[in-house]
Amino acid sequence: MGYTLNFSAVWRSFDQLLWGLLLSLELAIGAILIGAVIGLVTAFGLISKSGWARRPAALYVTVIRNLPILVLILFSYFALPQMGVRLGKIESFVATLAIYSGAYLAEVFRAGLLSIPNGLKEAGLAIGLTPMQIRTSIVIPLMFRNVLPSLSSTLISLFKDTSLAAAIAVPELTFEARKINVETFRVVETWIVASCLYVATCTVLAALMRMVERRLVISR
Amino acid sequence: MTKNLLEIQALRKRYGSVEVLKGVDCTMQQGEVISIIGSSGSGKTTMLRCINMLEDFQGGRILIDGEPIGYEERNGVRVRKSEKEIARQRALTGMAFQQFNLFPHMTAASNVMLGLIKVKKMARDEARSVAEKWLERVGLGQRADHYPGQLSGGQQQRVAIARAIAMNPRLMLFDEVTSALDPELVGEVLQVIKDLAADGMSMLLVTHEMRFAFEVSSRVIFMNQGVIGEEGDPKVMFLKPQTERLAEFLKTSSFA
Repeated sequence: MGYTLNFSAVWRSFDQLLWGLLLSLELAIGAILIGAVIGLVTAFGLISKSGWARRPAALYVTVIRNLPILVLILFSYFALPQMGVRLGKIESFVATLAIYSGAYLAEVFRAGLLSIPNGLKEAGLAIGLTPMQIRTSIVIPLMFRNVLPSLSSTLISLFKDTSLAAAIAVPELTFEARKINVETFRVVETWIVASCLYVATCTVLAALMRMVERRLVISR
Repeated sequence: MTKNLLEIQALRKRYGSVEVLKGVDCTMQQGEVISIIGSSGSGKTTMLRCINMLEDFQGGRILIDGEPIGYEERNGVRVRKSEKEIARQRALTGMAFQQFNLFPHMTAASNVMLGLIKVKKMARDEARSVAEKWLERVGLGQRADHYPGQLSGGQQQRVAIARAIAMNPRLMLFDEVTSALDPELVGEVLQVIKDLAADGMSMLLVTHEMRFAFEVSSRVIFMNQGVIGEEGDPKVMFLKPQTERLAEFLKTSSFA
């Protein structure tokens, strides 16, 4: 082992890594917000009695969950423009990650929706609420509380998945780390620091989500 | 003749091939308190749930203040009314459930306010003061900002009753509201219902509390195998049952 650790070159480019990290976070949060909307609509499709709502929802979930995410990212960025859909790198990546997470969240939300006791919906009906008002005031808020733990692990997964954006040269954390690696030749140091940033951020995200859970948890 | 508050005509209800209501006829005047008794499976809860369309029904009519509930004739065909119209009609009645069914993510006050804001289109402040007034009435003025999980079963049921009553319904429906309660909590809920009866609230109660039915009702309906087996004054019903079935039922029930 003739390798001597020297972090000084990495520290000089540390702010680049931080900007990359910030972009990674933005990508993950953007994706989960849009993905949650897609997932919610899809989940209602999945539990719908009407085949016209259920079949497309099930097809979407099946297709996306059986595609490797890297293939999805490359398809969106390289193949879609050939078909006339032109998006910037970042937009293309966020959209892809949102569609990807939407399929997973749809299943999570579906289970959450099915766990709402029927009696609560009946209580809503009995005071004269319409089915839509029951959804927005009772079912969806309760469902979100039920699925918060899954939502939190999905957010962390998505944050890690943002490293795949390096494949289409989105300047997020992994991309920046690779650049510093190439520029400084400090291979080990660069990836140690990048890894630490990933681990630290995931830990903080998990702690933040636990705080939200504790605030919203329903005492029974 | 006084106009009927509630009129049930030849009500029929099927679950698949099983007919649970086989032609129920019943009328009710404003201010009446009617208890519906009968063994489980006799159709008493189903009848109650048809009145606010929590159950569809296949035959007969239900009228509240002369207005047909749930269905209308269109070109001679019986069709279900729109969800919006049914929602409006449901607000004519209030219902309290066996399992309370309070919204667990809302405080007691918010449970009561939800319908006032969303259905009655009341402003928040006004809804809050109406909610506080009714919570006070059921003895829970101090618990307005507690969540259901922080309340006892009896307290939860009283909040649920306040939530229904606050909507100012024409008729209150009580579906075995004490069945899920610990025995020592039953009294506080029955007291609330008694107070409402004394105020002249029209009520239809499905209950297993025979002593309570005897004391509070102006009339009792005995359901038997999907039809009304016997009905009348509680004193006559309980002390001199006219039918074999009712006599048998009373023997097995807790009324003594």
